[in-house]
Amino acid sequence: MADMVTFTIDGRSIEAPAGTTILEAAKGANILIPNLCHNEELAPYGACRMCMVETTHKKRTKLVVSCIAEASEGLEVRTDTERVRNVRTLVMHLLLARNPNHPVLKKMAAELGIEKSRFDVDFKGCIMCGQCVRVCREVVGVSAIGFESRGPARKIATPFNESPAACIACGSCHYVCPVGVIPMEEHDGVRTIWKTDFPMAKCSKCGKYFAPVKQLEYFRKLVDLPADHFDTCIDCRSIKK
Amino acid sequence: MDRSLLEGNPHSIIEGMVIGAYAIGSSSGYIYVRNEYPLAVTNVMIAVEKARELGLLGTNILGSGFDFDIRINRGGGAFVCGESSALFASIEGRVGEPRQKYTHATDRGLYDKPTCLNNVETWANVPLIVNKGADWFAKIGTKNSKGTKIFSLVGKINNTGLVEVPMGITLREIVFGIGGGIPKGRKFKAIQTGGPSGGCIPEKYLDLPVDFDELKKIGSMMGSGGMIVMDDRSCMVDVAKYFLKFLEEESCGKCTPCREGVKQMRIILDRITEGKGEESDIEALEWIGAGVVDGSLCALGGSAPNPVLTTIRYFRDEYLAHIRDKKCPAGVCKPLIAYSVVKDKCTGCTACARVCPTRAATGEKKKVHAIDQETCIKCGACYDACKFDAIQVK
Repeated sequence: MADMVTFTIDGRSIEAPAGTTILEAAKGANILIPNLCHNEELAPYGACRMCMVETTHKKRTKLVVSCIAEASEGLEVRTDTERVRNVRTLVMHLLLARNPNHPVLKKMAAELGIEKSRFDVDFKGCIMCGQCVRVCREVVGVSAIGFESRGPARKIATPFNESPAACIACGSCHYVCPVGVIPMEEHDGVRTIWKTDFPMAKCSKCGKYFAPVKQLEYFRKLVDLPADHFDTCIDCRSIKK
Repeated sequence: MDRSLLEGNPHSIIEGMVIGAYAIGSSSGYIYVRNEYPLAVTNVMIAVEKARELGLLGTNILGSGFDFDIRINRGGGAFVCGESSALFASIEGRVGEPRQKYTHATDRGLYDKPTCLNNVETWANVPLIVNKGADWFAKIGTKNSKGTKIFSLVGKINNTGLVEVPMGITLREIVFGIGGGIPKGRKFKAIQTGGPSGGCIPEKYLDLPVDFDELKKIGSMMGSGGMIVMDDRSCMVDVAKYFLKFLEEESCGKCTPCREGVKQMRIILDRITEGKGEESDIEALEWIGAGVVDGSLCALGGSAPNPVLTTIRYFRDEYLAHIRDKKCPAGVCKPLIAYSVVKDKCTGCTACARVCPTRAATGEKKKVHAIDQETCIKCGACYDACKFDAIQVK
């Protein structure tokens, strides 16, 4: 068993395995720290700055992002100090200026007592959490999309803004986006994502379209399974003969 | 500063690195240098090559059994790559973006290996300290800032250039002693230290000893060692806007406060310098600034609001003049100023009319001239050309 550390969050004593981030430990204790760029399946990123907390260790107090900072023995964590609230409020106003309407953001804003951004709205939709780029790189492993430019001009893009050559149309970026700004559609055996049409494969048993051809090709190379394993959809595959 | 050392004495940096590597038991070193400094790149490459030829780099250095070599990495012109984790990412071949880490580079740095990362100037000090001893070095400077520091003195100052001074020297000695004061007998207004994200220091702190702690106390920093002197013809709101614009463009865009917060601050400054500011704007700038400082991922965002916060702190009246009176006291912000001829001073020499690019300044020889406000583009050419102080800007 891993070494355990005992620390406090808002005065509550919490035990967690050493190396656990403050955010994960808090979640385990049913303490919710707001966050937007964190995803358990992805490496910590620390970009949205919503999950900031104030920690005190040996009389030294500082602001840290709880999705990266680890819990340590005797650490005092406070999730609702004035400095923490200030940063979160600022971040929320800034993000609402990019996307004023999404329910996820509006709910989080309401918890901070914010109705609408104090800044002029310059609608972008995307809040730059980077989950799409990271899931494509870290989980899918194809890096079909990336960040373009820097500063306020930064955006998510395909290479050269063309059809993404490496994309397998798996849709992970679409599913992981917290504000739903990556469109994906399916019509008549064609999946459209990143302005590109990908043909879908038909299940050899039930005849339903079930996955993009490119995704299945990628899977076949990735795993050591019989060649015909991916000819059938997951429903037909699970039916015992 | 670093560039001048890389260009002028790269050997001192290499020697410092070899000593440092020997001390910590490292076998590989890297010099990260901007590709925009071609002479620095060329000279440091020659120096490394020479050191290899002489057996001062490579395997079994001077028969000691110690191996160490240096690789030169050229940076692609990103300000943020001065940030340690972004610099590591850049050397590793990834995009130069900082990563939040609550571990020290000395535990996990470049390629996740323990890394001793230091500034060029720091390494160049090492051979001197080893040769002459720590006591000799510590004799120069203040309690917490030892030795000397190279500053780049520019702006409204008579002697521009690089100066190496002992730590603890006062800003007044640098500006009025070494720098020779302000040209044309104009009045000193502020000095900006530490590069684009440093703070603007007013006259009342000119007798402050220059060291790391003192500069930080008054909202500025040592930073890169840049020093920009401003006189009464510099508008502090415009200066803040200029630096913020630079930092907005250099932000990598990864974290929200730096990417969006600096932009919102710049938008407010744009408004103020166009005469559309409101009094609540000052409070808004302070609020956003504090949040950006506290919330940003790296030191770029952490220091980006400095030029704004310090100018509000020390030159609030200038902000108020822009906002309340719709005036730019320094005569810089174009939407808020107008050039006109002072009738009793004008001799009708036609100098202004000759330089005016839009022919807004006109008049007959030896008669009082006039400036047409409709066609004037407020370039200030007439002001600079007039030898009789007959052009005023209000």
